[in-house]
Amino acid sequence: MFISPLPDRIDVAGHSVECLMAGEGPPVLFLHPGHGVEPTDPYLAALARHHRVIAPSHPGFGGTALPEGITTVDDLTYFYLDLIEGLGLGKVALVGASFGGWIAAELATMGTELFSKLVLLDPVGVKFGGRETVDIYDIFATTIDQIPELFFSDPAFGKQALGNLDFINMSEASIERFARNRESLVLFGWSPPLYNPKLRQRLARIKLPTLLLWGEDDRIVPTSYGQSYAAAIPDAKFEAIPNSGHYGYIEQPGAFADRTIAFLSA
Amino acid sequence: MEVWQFNEQSMHYAWDTIQGPTKVTPPNRHCDPVVAHKLYNRYLDEWLLGDELGFNIFVNEHHASSNCMSTSCTLTLSILARQTRNARLLALGCPIANRTDPYRVAEEFAMIDVISGGRLEMGLVKASPFELAMSNQSPARIMDRYWEAHDFIVKAMTHQDGPFTWQGEFFQYRNVNVWPRPYQQPMPPMWITASGPATGKKIAQLGYVCATFFNGAGTKILFDAYKEEYRKTHGFEAPANRLAYLGMMVTGHNEAQVAERVVKMKKYLDIQPRTPPAWINPPGYEPVEGNVKALKMGKKGRLNFGLPINPTIQEMADGGIFFAGTPDRLYEQIKTFSDRVGGIDHLLVLSQAADLSHEETVDSLTLFAKEVLPRLKELKRPVETPPLQAAAPAGKLTEAVL
Repeated sequence: MFISPLPDRIDVAGHSVECLMAGEGPPVLFLHPGHGVEPTDPYLAALARHHRVIAPSHPGFGGTALPEGITTVDDLTYFYLDLIEGLGLGKVALVGASFGGWIAAELATMGTELFSKLVLLDPVGVKFGGRETVDIYDIFATTIDQIPELFFSDPAFGKQALGNLDFINMSEASIERFARNRESLVLFGWSPPLYNPKLRQRLARIKLPTLLLWGEDDRIVPTSYGQSYAAAIPDAKFEAIPNSGHYGYIEQPGAFADRTIAFLSA
Repeated sequence: MEVWQFNEQSMHYAWDTIQGPTKVTPPNRHCDPVVAHKLYNRYLDEWLLGDELGFNIFVNEHHASSNCMSTSCTLTLSILARQTRNARLLALGCPIANRTDPYRVAEEFAMIDVISGGRLEMGLVKASPFELAMSNQSPARIMDRYWEAHDFIVKAMTHQDGPFTWQGEFFQYRNVNVWPRPYQQPMPPMWITASGPATGKKIAQLGYVCATFFNGAGTKILFDAYKEEYRKTHGFEAPANRLAYLGMMVTGHNEAQVAERVVKMKKYLDIQPRTPPAWINPPGYEPVEGNVKALKMGKKGRLNFGLPINPTIQEMADGGIFFAGTPDRLYEQIKTFSDRVGGIDHLLVLSQAADLSHEETVDSLTLFAKEVLPRLKELKRPVETPPLQAAAPAGKLTEAVL
């Protein structure tokens, strides 16, 4: 997972962006989590049977360069407005996971003209608790070895999904993707740690039908955080999926995809 | 060779009760303030002695650390600025990528320089990776932030024409006007730390002192790169006051006494674990290429300072980590290592650590000052005479610093 190049390239305001383009139908823009996106992702493959899926690597992630001047999630949000306008997608459904869910939520607060629906998979980006409450587990104070147990309900599955974290036998290109993604997540999310202090009050601006799907065993942002997130968006449904962690859509792709497809076609 | 007396001001008594890492996470209930009070004053007394004995003085800082109680090198130096008479006073250094307010750094440096009558040496460091846990500054783009802070501090300290405005990417000020201006004009000597040749070259271009810590075999590569780049940039050889090296040092009146003192001090090297694993190399602190290499090799950092397991005193001296011996042997160890790396201009010595008592520290420093220091002062790195005209024009900043 997260270590293979994406097959396509698109141009966004003069910047070359690595991308996975798959399927036909109403468009879906998938915004990936901090560790990146894999071209063979089963959740995306399921979506692509009903939708035109566009899954880019964010600037600074995977094989997409980091253009000068892009240093904040705010910059990424404007970057994706450029991407959506540039591709002329019409109304596009936004699907974002974890860090990508944060970007999707930011986009959705900026207006409804460009978007049809919003699906958030264990998103971060919002602060609900008090000043001494850690809403979002401090992943920056953890080691690479802890990723499976923190991001997956089943650490053994997570470790396997991450190539057993066997960097010694991994290609340098794959390790570089992994290392770049980690650095870029730090660039965009270091402090405030993975949230925008302004986003909570702005969630009320989201006028789109919204679905929040949550890993029942999420150890980064628990289901209670997801329920607060859903409560802050006017037209939002929330559902927790069993046997899945923060990367539930990777662990239980069928369950996450079924609900996403049903919601988008309703 | 100039010699600089260094002490990390450790709270080593806490190591007896701390479970796990000695930095970042150990609860401060392990730090008895009465013991800390005594230790701070003891360490300051040892520096006052060093001032009398002919040492220069070098202080540092760390945060949330039982290995180093100095939380501000300017705070420690401000005491020594008033209480010492002769020593040059080196802060190495101020972690400017972690400081939210470089204006304040410039002001504190200038104030210390004026109080001490022009004895300040300004050191700027990137800071250890674990410091980011406390400063909360991002590891990503740390060097971009570092160099903007550097540029700001240089301008703030050298600008004499009334307030200027700074509207940088990381720092913004509407009215910069440092009072007092530094005693040394245009500004005190600048030091920067490096371990590899890329940073060494950058320091050479700026003409600053290049200091390296416990770098062992990497030192010659670094110093050679510095000297070559210096020659290329400025058109003449780097003056014999530009290359600095830090190792541990202790001496004694006989071999048995030295061996006993080594054991007490070596506890400082051996205490483990020091840093929580997550803070050894947070993403962004090292460039991506460096992290790729480290992951590919399964490396988790340089173990045991590059020394063999249970090194002998001679192996530690050969490795440039710990110089320890009776005065004659100690001198030979230092000279041998210095020769091997092409010559050291400033030897920084961690001359008290862990369990070495006040009495032992005083004795070691006094013996060193009497028997070793005069001989080291005689050692001068050979430098070709600068030509009358520089081959390459020096930049405005460099001219100001040289």
